[in-house]
Formats: sequence, structure tokens, C-alpha cells
Amino acid sequence: MIEALHNVQAPGGVQAQAVYHLWLLLLAVCTIVFVAVMAALALALRRARRAGAETRPRVELLERREPAVVRAVVIGVAVSAALLLGLLGASVYTSRTLAGMPLTDALHIELTAHQWWWEARYDDPAPSRIFLTANELHVPVGRPVLLTLRASDVIHSFWVPSLTGKKDLIPGREAMVTFRADHAGVYRGQCAEFCGYQHAKMALFVFADEPEAWQHWAEGQLAPAAAPRTALEARGRELFETGTCAMCHAVTGTLAGGRHAPDLTHVASRATLAAGAMPNDVAARTAWILDPQAIKPGVNMPATRLAPEDAAAITAFLGSLQ
Amino acid sequence: MKNAYRMRIPVVALAVLATLYGCERERRDFGPTPSGATAIKSMRMSDLFPGGSDKTPAVDNRYDDNAYALAEGKRLFHWYNCTGCHGEGGGGSGPALMDNVWIYGSESENVFATIVQGRPNGMPAFGGRIPEKEVWQLVAYVRSMSGLVSSQAAPNRDDAMQAKKPESEVERQRPVDVSTPRP
Repeated sequence: MIEALHNVQAPGGVQAQAVYHLWLLLLAVCTIVFVAVMAALALALRRARRAGAETRPRVELLERREPAVVRAVVIGVAVSAALLLGLLGASVYTSRTLAGMPLTDALHIELTAHQWWWEARYDDPAPSRIFLTANELHVPVGRPVLLTLRASDVIHSFWVPSLTGKKDLIPGREAMVTFRADHAGVYRGQCAEFCGYQHAKMALFVFADEPEAWQHWAEGQLAPAAAPRTALEARGRELFETGTCAMCHAVTGTLAGGRHAPDLTHVASRATLAAGAMPNDVAARTAWILDPQAIKPGVNMPATRLAPEDAAAITAFLGSLQ
Repeated sequence: MKNAYRMRIPVVALAVLATLYGCERERRDFGPTPSGATAIKSMRMSDLFPGGSDKTPAVDNRYDDNAYALAEGKRLFHWYNCTGCHGEGGGGSGPALMDNVWIYGSESENVFATIVQGRPNGMPAFGGRIPEKEVWQLVAYVRSMSGLVSSQAAPNRDDAMQAKKPESEVERQRPVDVSTPRP
């Protein structure tokens, strides 16, 4: 399939960088504290009095004051409190950095999580320039992105480790997350809250393109579906419109207008099928159409009984939707 | 003492049986679709039948006591816009489904045929548009609205705001066939 970055330690944007720095600080402080505690424990074990079978308990020690021990405990508590407060400060500072990213000229995308795929709606002040896509986001490098997050069925969580931290998507509530990709590349995201049978196969790919390339992509997405060029594609389109497909899927420019499943107007331009479950090639497309339950058991798409030539026609039609 | 010991076997067996019942209710069937052809062939539209009583066996919808299939049926009822005419079962421009009146029969095979073939005055034919398996899930859900399926398996809440009694609490209604002549 496709090469994509999925790594907290390889930040691709200013926000992921801030989160990564906080992570490094936490790791350093926690490592030092852990080593110090273990060293203190080892020292205590070493210095402890050894008792033999004949040793009698020295009860009188309980009465004795131990100023050195009291001092050590007070210092320990003070250092712990100071470190924790320091970490709290660093955490607040990071949150402010995340929230402080300027959002002028931000690209607004509404992202809705479904069992088990992502629906993206690119917003625009001009209604004719709004378009839908699925399981893939394309964003221009260097431009801030504002995501409005929604869930349609159960709780999901948005997480693209190399771009931003996690954010839960809760049905009936709107959440928001912002990020900026500073380097061109492909970033992999994953639903990070268990959401049912196919939670593992719910990936999201974020393509950070150079601004001109992004503009070109967006114009392509705005166009209606390409007209069939061959008889096979035309037959595929007819089958798509009159069969079960159109009950849930939409292809702009055809009679298919279902709104419950991914918009397929430009499905052939996407890198993967079924939310990153498999590559988007002819063999995978055919297998998916005939029996999705064998690939993603429990998914809402039902198996379709098709004659081989009909399956080939539908696959050819979908392959033409660049 | 020995008696109490002997009682253990039947108690354990009963507990195991009770668990197995739960298995059937929760079974999630992702397999191939059942064939609806038998349903159409054995369907009976009216009690009037030449040459004595009709003995065609009724089709047993295996989704009637399966919670997953009923929940899927409920989801599809909204997805395929059944609500557009039938509302949430109370009816609108289409007839109500939560009452005991059945114009084209209340048995599973009747409801199946109604969905697949369509009916006069507005009900579109969904044959070829909805896979058979999903039609059977819809059939089970539609019948659950008037308590004709297992109340143990029928949905007990809505995903959106609850506007009516949940299907699992609907009393079993005695279907009245309006096409049957009444004395």
C-alpha cells in the first residue's frame, strides 16, 4: 500500500512539534525520577541492618527521633511537588501553543466519523465550491487547517500522530481540532477509540501537498464524475445507478445520490479502499464489491451477487472515476 | 448433603442452556444472503382458497429472534427512507406499521413480498435495490413494531431521541387482515 508517516517522534507540523517537545520533557523528568527512586531503594537495601536467627527486635528504636529521615522525606515531597508543578506549567504552555496557532486563512473541513470510515466535507463560503470525499484529506503545506469533528453512530477518536494529538468524536457533540502540516508528505491517522468490529481498519490518510498541487486536486474534486468512455464503463454506470449501489453511495453527475456511504465521485483518485483496508486497484475493488464481509466482517456494505461481466463493468466504471 | 451434591449437575446444565439461548440472540450473521424465492412461492394473500383450506407452510424468518438483525433492520428502515412515508411506524402518507391492521398480510413472506414487489398507491418495489438479506432484516424489524417478533431480541432504544415506546416493550398484537372478509 502507501508509505505514510505514523510517528509521534517525527512531527510534520508546528503542533506535533510542540506535543513532541512536551513528550521529551516528560520522558526526561520521569526517567530521572525513576532512576533516583531506584537508586534510593538500592541504597536503603544496602545499608539496612542484617538480622540473624538470634537477633532480638530492638523495640527501643521506635522511640528514638530520626531527624535525618524526616529531613529526607520533607525534601523528597518538596522536590516531587516542584517537579509536578513544573510539568503542569509545561503542559499548560504546550496547550497555549496549540491553541495559539494563527488561524487566518484556515482551511475548514468537516470530518464525520462513521462505522468504519471517515467522511470529509470541504467547506467554502461559496456553496458551489463545497465537496465531499472520504478516508483521505488533502491539505496545503503551511496553511492552517480547522477540523470540525462529528460522529454519526458511536464514539470515535481522531489521531494523526505526526500532525496533532488525539481528539474524541462524540455523537451529538461537535469538537474542533487545528493543525498545520509544514512538510509535504503523507501522514497516517487512525481511529483511536474502540468503535466496534472493524475499529482497526479505520485509517485516515492526510496528504500534505504544495499549495499549487492542492489547488489542482481541489478543482478535480469539484468536477462531476467523468463521462464513461467505453461501452463497459457505460454498462457499469447503468448497473451502479439501477442496482443496490445507489441506495447508499453517491456519484455526482449520475442518478446515484445515496448519502449513507462514502461519496464515490472521484474514488479512483484515492490511494486506498475501505478506510485503508486495502490498496485501490482493480483486483481489490472487485473483491470488495463481491464480498466486503470477507474483508471487513460486520461492515455496513452487503455482499452483491453479480455475474462476472457485470462485476467487471462496475469495476471499470469505478476505475474511470478519477 | 449428598442430595445437594447431586442437584449440581442439572443446575449447571440449566445455566449452560441459558447461556446458549443468549448466543442465538446475539449471533451476528455476516454470511451469504438467504434466498427469498421460497417466500414468494409460498405466500398467501388471502384466506379465500379454492378447494378447502390452504396448507402452505409459513416461512420462518430466522431473524425474528436475533437482536443484531433486528437492529440492522431498524438502521436500514431509516437509511432506505421507509420513514419518509411510514414515519417511525405511526404512518404518514403511507400506512401505519405499529398497529395490528395489515393490508397485504402480516406473515414474514407477505411483508417480504410487499417490500420486494411494491404495492399500489405509493409503495415502490425495492426488488434488486435492496439485497435479500437486508430485506429479511427489514421484515423482522417491521413486524417487531407490532410485537410479532421475540420481545427479548427487539430493539429497546432509539439512537435519536425516543419518540415512542421501544419495540421490545410493544405488546404482541393480533394481526387483522383487512383483505379477509369478516363476519
